[in-house]
Amino acid sequence: MSDLTQLTISQARAKLRAKEITATEITEAYLSAIERANPALNAYVAVTDDKARDMAKASDAKLARGEGGSLEGIPLGIKDLFGTEGIHTQACSHVLDGFKPRYESTVTANLWADGAVMLGKLNMDEFAMGSSNETSYYGPVVNPWRRSRLDTVVMPTTHQGDGGFVSAGGTRTARTLDNAQLVPGGSSGGSASAVSAFLCAGATATDTGGSIRQPAAFTGTVGIKPTYGRCSRWGIVAFASSLDQAGPIARDVRDAAILLKSMASVDPKDTTSVDRPVPDYEAAIGRPVKGMKVGIPREYRVEGMPEEIEALWQKGIAWLKDAGAEIVDISLLHTKYALPAYYIVAPAEASSNLARYDGVRYGLRVPGKDIVDMYEKTRAAGFGREVKRRIMIGTYVLSAGYYDAYYLQAQKVRNLIKRDFETAFAAGVDVILTPATPSAAFGIADEDMAADPVKMYLNDIFTVTVNMAGLPGIAVPAGLDAKGLPLGLQLIGRPFDEETLFQTAHVIEQAAGTFQPEKWW
Amino acid sequence: MSVDIKTVKRVARLARIAVSEEDAERMTGELNAILGFVEQLNEVDVSGVEPMTSVTPMEMKKRQDVVTDGNKAADIVANAPATEENFFLVPKVVE
Repeated sequence: MSDLTQLTISQARAKLRAKEITATEITEAYLSAIERANPALNAYVAVTDDKARDMAKASDAKLARGEGGSLEGIPLGIKDLFGTEGIHTQACSHVLDGFKPRYESTVTANLWADGAVMLGKLNMDEFAMGSSNETSYYGPVVNPWRRSRLDTVVMPTTHQGDGGFVSAGGTRTARTLDNAQLVPGGSSGGSASAVSAFLCAGATATDTGGSIRQPAAFTGTVGIKPTYGRCSRWGIVAFASSLDQAGPIARDVRDAAILLKSMASVDPKDTTSVDRPVPDYEAAIGRPVKGMKVGIPREYRVEGMPEEIEALWQKGIAWLKDAGAEIVDISLLHTKYALPAYYIVAPAEASSNLARYDGVRYGLRVPGKDIVDMYEKTRAAGFGREVKRRIMIGTYVLSAGYYDAYYLQAQKVRNLIKRDFETAFAAGVDVILTPATPSAAFGIADEDMAADPVKMYLNDIFTVTVNMAGLPGIAVPAGLDAKGLPLGLQLIGRPFDEETLFQTAHVIEQAAGTFQPEKWW
Repeated sequence: MSVDIKTVKRVARLARIAVSEEDAERMTGELNAILGFVEQLNEVDVSGVEPMTSVTPMEMKKRQDVVTDGNKAADIVANAPATEENFFLVPKVVE
């Protein structure tokens, strides 16, 4: 039998329904792939093999009766940020040591109700704060992609014995993989790495400033952050509540559409969940983009952007033009202020959300001489550097005397960012095309990034505007750079118009193809 | 605006994070780098602009004022580091 982990969700779904394969077979294939690859990639922080086998068995029983749900028997990985009942849920932080919630997040409950199988919990930046998956308490995730170089190899004339071949000499080109380990992006680095390395059929992820789209771009996968309010935030560990949204990372656009359809819902337990029915996103795939107006924002042409990113963007424009779309230049004037405004709003909300980790109700407790000493020691030991940094910034900008200068100013700028998008959409733009990231994946323990936190923050320069405005955005792979690393394009849509994103992303995917890393692990 | 080490220690106290002298010194540099970066927001003219209070324009959803949940004390304390008879245990607060 061929390797079942190679099947996309839509292919596996068809084979499961046709009873050509069973949920147990595909689940076992993933479990053994994880066992082999995880020591090298560190994508999973907990593998729930017993639960996966039980769920697969239950799916097989349903499939046999012809009762399967839309994801019946499909094995998925779950980001550690999602509360999963009785199972490791720590946001990859030491402060949540041993936490096993007594409840299930709405998003994961939706997936299980549709028949999906849980393989385990995926690594991530601590509390989703990071762009490289290096802030995890469980150590960095490794990107399955490696840089490679094209060499011209001189072929010697050789005679191989034992009925072997004869090489006539000459030259050929060969790609040689570099050994340097690269980051998968973050914060959903475990999700992106696992999907890209065939360690799950698809994964849940979350995006506060780019945490779905940047890792998707770094690993040649598809990631969508839906409109704020589309997926319930109930049961997901909170980072910045006005920016956080859940979404899927998948191997192709169709799989992302299938997963989002299941993850999204109207949930009375989340007051920001919007009362709109969830459309059939898959139905949008294949619709022509002829006549569609695609906006190209001039402010996304940032200083120091590598030529390859600009070239990729031009390729994307050409593909959509060839498909009959109309390309229009637009201006999103306040783009450059999105990242600084984000680094006030997100830490402010985080400092408030993370106040609950005090050593009393769950997780780690470090004893102290009195209760305040216990709080301070617990939080000092439980939070990593990046998380402390953000709590400190947030506490500072919200402290007496600074609130107006920082937080209020940032929330006003945020409205201006949103207004820029509204103006473009009001002028008839259907979708906006931008690069997903300003570079390809970089090395683990990159010295420049480690020395300057702001440099790391700049990874989100193209994605963070979307969170600030609450809009949907999708990252879709569009090509490889000269070193053989994947690069992605981003499409930004009107609120709740994820269908247009899937429709347009599919056109790009058709033109660009899909990308798989060369297996070294 | 920039912060000095005294302010960093005060903020750490507010955030209930114990910091050593060395931590505070390192954080002072890091925080100033971030504050320097966000400073550019001051050049934006925001006169007449309301601060964002709701990401998606919608009326806040209100639920019916009825009990939907409860009798879960054991679940609630299940993950606590120290409990006794469904109470959270903490160091003595009142003498």
